[in-house]
Amino acid sequence: MSQTTVVRTETGESLEQLARRHGLASAGALPSLRQYAQQIWAYRHFITSYANARVTSALGTTHLGMLWQVLTPLFNAAVYYVIFGVILNTKAGVGNFIAYLCCGVFIYNFTSTVVSAGVQGITSNLGLIRALNFPRAALPISIVLVEVRNLVASMAVLLTIVLVTGEPITYQWLYVIPALFLQTLFNAGLAMFGARLGSKVIDIKNLVPFLMRIWMYTSAVLYPVQRFTDHLHGWKLELLEANPLLVYIELIRHALLENVQLAGSPRRLWVEGLVWAVVVFSVGFVFFWRGEKGYGRG
Amino acid sequence: MAERIPTIIADNAHIIYRVVGAGSPGSGSPLASFKRIVTGTKSAAVREVHAVKGVSFVAYRGEAIGLIGSNGSGKSTLLRAIAGLLPVEKGGHIYAAGQPSLLGVNAALMNDLSGERNVVLGCLAMGMSPAEVKTKTQSIIDFSGINERGDFSSLPMRTYSSGMSARLRFSIAAAKKHDVLLIDEALATGDAKFRRRSEQRVRDLRAEAGTVFLVSHSEQSIRDTCERTIWLESGVIRADGETEAVMQEYEEYMRK
Repeated sequence: MSQTTVVRTETGESLEQLARRHGLASAGALPSLRQYAQQIWAYRHFITSYANARVTSALGTTHLGMLWQVLTPLFNAAVYYVIFGVILNTKAGVGNFIAYLCCGVFIYNFTSTVVSAGVQGITSNLGLIRALNFPRAALPISIVLVEVRNLVASMAVLLTIVLVTGEPITYQWLYVIPALFLQTLFNAGLAMFGARLGSKVIDIKNLVPFLMRIWMYTSAVLYPVQRFTDHLHGWKLELLEANPLLVYIELIRHALLENVQLAGSPRRLWVEGLVWAVVVFSVGFVFFWRGEKGYGRG
Repeated sequence: MAERIPTIIADNAHIIYRVVGAGSPGSGSPLASFKRIVTGTKSAAVREVHAVKGVSFVAYRGEAIGLIGSNGSGKSTLLRAIAGLLPVEKGGHIYAAGQPSLLGVNAALMNDLSGERNVVLGCLAMGMSPAEVKTKTQSIIDFSGINERGDFSSLPMRTYSSGMSARLRFSIAAAKKHDVLLIDEALATGDAKFRRRSEQRVRDLRAEAGTVFLVSHSEQSIRDTCERTIWLESGVIRADGETEAVMQEYEEYMRK
């Protein structure tokens, strides 16, 4: 099988020596983490315009176009309003249940859409990967940027709902910005982790809907977190309350709503949110970088 | 004679593709999948294709090298590995000066976007700065000639004919000065006029001290642009030398 053609170099040295003498780099060599981060920074214009391009190509073929960025969260809120507000008339012991619910749903959706797009971030872009050379992390990062764009629209809808349902505007609303920033970091880590995992274990994408549904029910999206405290105690409760999605949802509720009972003290929630963001982002980034040279294989 | 400067060195390169979803007959039912998992047989859905088997060569600056071989002989795979888009198996290496860029007809751009936005996106993906992109966009569109029949550059690329989109792709990739340019069948598309223009551009790129690899089934375009040719068959180099000599050997082989 190994019919190696022997190539004689002009000076009689080995091919490896020749390559080294002329400073040629091996195509399969992994850049250092620092270099990799610099490459990504150098490609920031590509990342943003690729994210914009994805939004345009997803919505550009519809008649209403970009209006869907606002309409989608609006319909989302309307569905929950009809079911929980009108049909079931749920109060769940929460003063402003509709606003409470919408905080949960929109924040959950941010992570959920990033994860489901992230695990296909490599596999659905193989054509691009096999055609052009760019740091592959551009793909999961641009997925996050697309969802940040959608998030801005859904936040506008959310703030309107919160105001309409009678909450006052307070300086605490400003906490939304750092909270969403932490969640964005967290999501970027998840997207990068999921992208590499999804490129190796393709079947993962069929499991994601179930994983996300479990995650939704354990994140107190549709009901207050106090439902858990009635049934769970000790480490099980601790584990549940450390759930990063629950933390980010509670941080937003804390910022926007008056008189909500939180899963923990605000200080504890902020610390947990920060730790989750830093840890998941770093792990995701390093994990993705390790696989950089193999993504074209399929 | 001064020593020639190498730009690409392939040292015993093996390339293996993993193909998922190559289902063989009888593996399509849930029961068959279950049986496969229980008995521990290797998944029939994942197949390995050993496309390039131990290839070694040195390419020098200023050379234009043709890659020939029958369909499925590993030419495109080899180009992708040179561009660093496909990994080389352990034990072998491909060394390159700078970052080789691959220009192929199946280079994926976004079909729902207009030609102009694809130009911008493609240029950014090649690592150009936004200012550079701005100055080059118009000349790329002019070179591709897609606006010769009206304003096509503002229409989505899915409305283009295959010739038009191949021309646009070629124009985007050829806009950048490459240390190493890898062209995969790109010259075979487009009309005679565009082919002449693109062949001129390839010659210009070569003059800028780069190295050009050209994969093509058109013997004429290889004879016109390349003085050296590598003949690949079933992933192994059959011949490597002057175009005329290799071509004669190849034509004899193909006639059999």
